[in-house]
Amino acid sequence: MAESNRPISPHLQVYRLPLTGVLSISHRIAGVLLALGLLVFCYGLLAIAQGEESFTAFQSFSHSFFGQLILYGWLFALFYHFCHGIRHIIWDFAKGFDQDMMDHLAILEIVSSIVLFILAILLAR
Amino acid sequence: MITESGGLQHWWHQRLTAVALIPLSLWMGFSLASVPNANYAEISAWVGSPLNALLLIAFLVSAFYHSILGIQAVIEDYVQTEDIRAQGLVVTKVVFILLGVVSVLSILKVVMIG
Repeated sequence: MAESNRPISPHLQVYRLPLTGVLSISHRIAGVLLALGLLVFCYGLLAIAQGEESFTAFQSFSHSFFGQLILYGWLFALFYHFCHGIRHIIWDFAKGFDQDMMDHLAILEIVSSIVLFILAILLAR
Repeated sequence: MITESGGLQHWWHQRLTAVALIPLSLWMGFSLASVPNANYAEISAWVGSPLNALLLIAFLVSAFYHSILGIQAVIEDYVQTEDIRAQGLVVTKVVFILLGVVSVLSILKVVMIG
C-alpha cells in the first residue's frame, strides 16, 4: 500500500484513554524497554566473562545515576510487563472482560507490580 | 489442511515463551536486584554455578525469542513503509539472535573456565 499524505483526525491528542488503554500501551512500552535492556544485560554478561577488570568497570557504571536508572527502570518494567502479561493470558481464556473484572484486575496488576518491585529490592542481598 | 504460519504461530509462540517466562522472570528479577551489591568473585561464582547458568540461559533464550516476536509486532503496527518494515523485521531477528549467542557463550565461558 502506497504511503498517503492524507490527514487523519486527531486521536491521542484529544481523547483520554480509559485505564485499560493506558495500561495496554504501558505494557508495550515496557516491552520495548525490556528488549533494549537485554542489550545492556548482555553487555554485563560479557563483562563478567571477560574478567575482573571489565566487570569492575561495568559495576561502577551500574552505580552511576544512569546505571541505577537503567537497572531499576528495567526491573520495574519487568514486573509491570509480567503482571499485565498475566492479564493477557487470563483474557486468552475469555475471562475477565466484564467491566467490574476489568477494573479490579487493572488495580490488581498495578499494585502487584509495585509490590513485586519493592519486594525484590528489600530481599536483595 | 490447516498450517500454522504467520499470525497464528506468532501468537502461540508468544504465549509459550510468556508462560516459560513466568517463573523465569520472577527468578531473574529477584536475582538481578542483588547485582549492584556483588563483587566480581561473588557474581562470577553465581553465574558459574551450573543451576544458575542453566536458569540464566533458559531465561535469556525465552526472553530473546519473546522479544523478537514482541518487537516484530510493534514494527508491524507502526512502520508503514514496506521496505523499512521488512528490513526492521529482519534486523530485529539478527540482533537478538546474535545477542543470544553472545550471552550464552559468555555464560558457558564462566561456567567452564571461571
